[in-house]
Order: sequence, then structure tokens, then C-alpha cells
Amino acid sequence: MSVIQIRGVVKRFGPITAVDGVDLDVGYGECFGLLGPNGAGKTSLVRMITGVSPIGEGSIRVDGKDVTQEPRQIKSSLGVVPQEDNLDPDLNVLENLVTFARYFDIPRAEAKRRAMANLQLFELQDRQRAKIEELSGGMKRRLLIARALTNQPKLLILDEPTVGLDPQTKHLVWRKLRSLKAQGATLLLCTQNMDEASFLCDRLAVMNEGRIIALDSPQELIKKYGGSQIMEVRLRSDERRDLVLLKLSEQSLQWQEIEDTLYIFQGDGQVLDQDLLGELVIMNQHAPTLEDVFLKLTGRSLKEQ
Amino acid sequence: MNPSYRSLRVWQRNRDVFFKLWRSEVPGFFAEPILILLAMGFGLGTYVALDEGQRYIEFIAPGIIAAYAMFSASFECTYGSFIRMKYQKTYDSIIATPLSIDDVSAGEIFWGTTRSILTACVILVIIAAFGLVESPWALLVIPLAALAGLMFSSIALFFTSVVPAIYSFNYYYTLFITPMFFLGDVFFPVDTLPPVLQHIAWIAPLTPVANLMRSVVTGSPGEGAWWGLGVIAGYIAVFFPLSLLMMKRRLLR
Repeated sequence: MSVIQIRGVVKRFGPITAVDGVDLDVGYGECFGLLGPNGAGKTSLVRMITGVSPIGEGSIRVDGKDVTQEPRQIKSSLGVVPQEDNLDPDLNVLENLVTFARYFDIPRAEAKRRAMANLQLFELQDRQRAKIEELSGGMKRRLLIARALTNQPKLLILDEPTVGLDPQTKHLVWRKLRSLKAQGATLLLCTQNMDEASFLCDRLAVMNEGRIIALDSPQELIKKYGGSQIMEVRLRSDERRDLVLLKLSEQSLQWQEIEDTLYIFQGDGQVLDQDLLGELVIMNQHAPTLEDVFLKLTGRSLKEQ
Repeated sequence: MNPSYRSLRVWQRNRDVFFKLWRSEVPGFFAEPILILLAMGFGLGTYVALDEGQRYIEFIAPGIIAAYAMFSASFECTYGSFIRMKYQKTYDSIIATPLSIDDVSAGEIFWGTTRSILTACVILVIIAAFGLVESPWALLVIPLAALAGLMFSSIALFFTSVVPAIYSFNYYYTLFITPMFFLGDVFFPVDTLPPVLQHIAWIAPLTPVANLMRSVVTGSPGEGAWWGLGVIAGYIAVFFPLSLLMMKRRLLR
């Protein structure tokens, strides 16, 4: 059985279709990543999974329970780390965690014990009396994650957990998330950080315009969509752009144009002929990464925006 | 609409914050009614002659309880609630837990109600110290303040659920709360108003509260007590569910 089971989910906001028919299964103990550009529908999907946003069409089950039928039961077994800091600024660090525990009907003594343990886990025990406004961005994010662990959730949902963090804090957060996973937690991670996705996730779904357009492990995605080598090039002359693109098609090379850079995806044994090379300034050549795959799968729509 | 016992959790959260920060809020809140009591009661009151030889300060004291019960609930469920909802994102964090939006709205209203009760109790003690309480019936100020608080919190939270921005509350205070404060039986009897305004005054939420407060503090039940309770109950019956419904419409996306 899967911990999250999504069937035919659609979500519309007026004329905009934010989620456009998503089917997805996330297994127990998995770290699953949702990848996609801004506006791809990740946050809308997550808000429906966490029961705070009504489902337009289709159904979502979490831990076997229907989100629409049993929102309280589902919310009591979820941990949610929002993108936006919503710590309670009227309360200090420790009070934030103890008050949060009370929303789950956790008795006070137990709430305190868990709060201290979670503060320790995220190296915040020295700041327990601090006001929220006195914390740095990294500390706030750590506290948000610590808070999400209050009810010992089976499923932890994180929306861009490391955006805007310095590298040290980012690695601390990644390490903690890995150890949570090792202890059996299921993680659902929305991210735009490719390092994060490859480092943490067992499987990834790439979302674009409300749909899942690719789903596999990071390695398989790279293998499937990245080819064997990526060539980043610029044109010697903009006027011959159409000609170059035509030649690329003729040689059945795949490319993605982002701003003034062409990313040419070379498959096994594919090489560019001298004619073509003469038209191009090669900026960089590298083995394909998740970022290339991401750009390839979602790049065009980014450009349209 | 389905608030549960969990709204208590929101109430507890607000209580904790209030008693943590009371030093910054409470003195202002109690200084003002005392000031008005002194200025109007002893100052202006010297020039006012009432029927039946009642002193002016005796007339306004219960009205002040009613008015400040109104202010407490209103501030809590307009500015207070709006800041928690919009700027602090407190509601967002709470509805990710087993609490529903209804629980949050109801908890806010119950806390606004509690603020009215606290304010009424403190003013009651103060006016008792001035020797202005004439009857043990004055203890009924507390349940009356609860009803008034429930009514004003519900109306205020309804307004909060529909305003686009925090500035919109200016309308609420200048067009609704302040006129009631001046014309709603606090400083002079409603029957001295022109007939049209009298009719409006008797259906405005503050008038029955002030009238009932005066009845219990002086120990002489006035006319229209049942009418007054009916008006208050009517406002609660309409605005409590309506504020929950509109809050849900605002927050559920």
C-alpha cells in the first residue's frame, strides 16, 4: 500500500488550471521529490494532500484515508514544513513548539519533552528562550522542521526546505532529513534545488503546467533524458539561428534554448559536424546532470513566461 | 459549520500570549475608561441634572462597562485577528494541525468574548471602588459582558473575514463602533434622541447592552430588558455562523 495515493486530481483557480490530472503513488519509507518550475502546480498539489485546500476533481488518500472524508485524522499524522515562515512571533522558540503540540492534544509534559528533543536535534537548544524575530533565516527554517516533527509524523511534507539557506545550514538540514528517512519516515519534498533532489530523493516527479511529465529515480531520469553529453553553446551569428536549428534537427540532435544559450543533448555516438561547429561558440561541455534534464523537460514553458 | 472542542486550543494560545504581553496592552485599556469616568462623571456631570436625582456618574458608569466590553471584543477580532491571519500567518500554521478553520474562527470569537468579560470585571471593580454599585445584581454584569462579547466578536470577525486590507477597519470604527459609543445609551438616555435615531439606536447592538448593564448595576430592571436580550441573541445567531462561514470562504483556496 502507498502512503500517498493520488488519482486523477485536478485543481482550478478560476480560469487557471493549477493541477491538471495527476496520478501518483508514494510508498512508505520513500523520499519522493516533486520538481518543477514556479507555477507548475507543486504547492497546489501539496496543499490538497495536506487537507488545507479542497480537491477539485479526483481523490487523494493518505495512509489509506480519504483526505476529504477524514482531514483531522490525516492532519494529525502529517508533518508540514511550509515554504513561508509561519512561526508564531508572539511566542518564543520553546513556546512555539509546546503550543504547537497542544494543537495535537499532546499533554504538556510530553510536549515539553518532545520540544526539547527536537530543539536538540536541530541544534537550537541554546535558543529556547529566544524570540522568533531574533532568529536567523537558517534557525527559523530549522525550527519549522523541528516543529513539524512534534506529532511524530509518518509522513513529512517539505516545501522548498533549504531555499535561501547558507551552504552549512543546507547540509545540516539535508543530513537531518536523511537520518529521519533512515528512521523510517516518508518524505515528500517540493524543490527546485537539483542537488537537493539528487542527494535526498529515491524518486522524482517532474511537474510542468499542472502535469507530471516524467517520473523516475534521479539516475534513471538523467539516463533517459540527459543523453551522454551536454554541450552549452552560443551562436556566432544570430541571423543564422534558423539555419543552425534546422541543421540540428537534420542531425536528429535534441536541444533546448534558454535565453541566449543552446543546450545540445548528444546521445550515444552523436557528434556535431564541422559545418555546425563552425556556427557555434562552445561555452561548456559536461556529463548530463539533473539540472539539464529539468531544463530540457520544462525549459520551453519557462521561456514562455 | 462544525467547530469542535479544539477551538479551545486557539483560545489557550491567545490567552497565553495575552498574559505574556499584558504589560503592553492592559494599562492603556483600563486607563481610558477610568479617564472617561472621571472627566465625564465628575467634570461634565456637575452640570447635568437627571430625573429622579440620579448622579450623572451613576448613569454613565454601567454604559462605560458596555462600551468597553464592545471595544475589547472588537479590537481583538478586527485588528488582532487580522494581524494573526494576514501578517503572522498564525492561522495557516494552525490549520495544518488537526484544527479546522471553524475551530480557529470559533476560538478567536471565544477569546474576544473573554476579553470583554475581563474588561467588564475590571471596570466593575473600579466603579464599585467609586461607590457606584448599588445592588448585588451587579454580578450579572459578567454574563452580560459574555453575551456582549460573543456578539461583538462575531460581528467583528465577520467584518475581518471580508475586508481587503487592514485600513478598511477605519470604516468599521468610524461608521459603526464610534456612533454607537456616542449614541448608544452610554452618555445619555436614548429617548432624548430624535424619533428616527431612537429606532436605529434600539436595534444597534450596543444599546441593549448598555441598557441591561444599567439595569443590573442599579438593581432596577428597566423597560425592554427582554427586547434587549432578544436583540443580542439575534445578532449572535446571525453573525456567529456567518463569520465562521465567511472565514472559511476566505481561507479555503
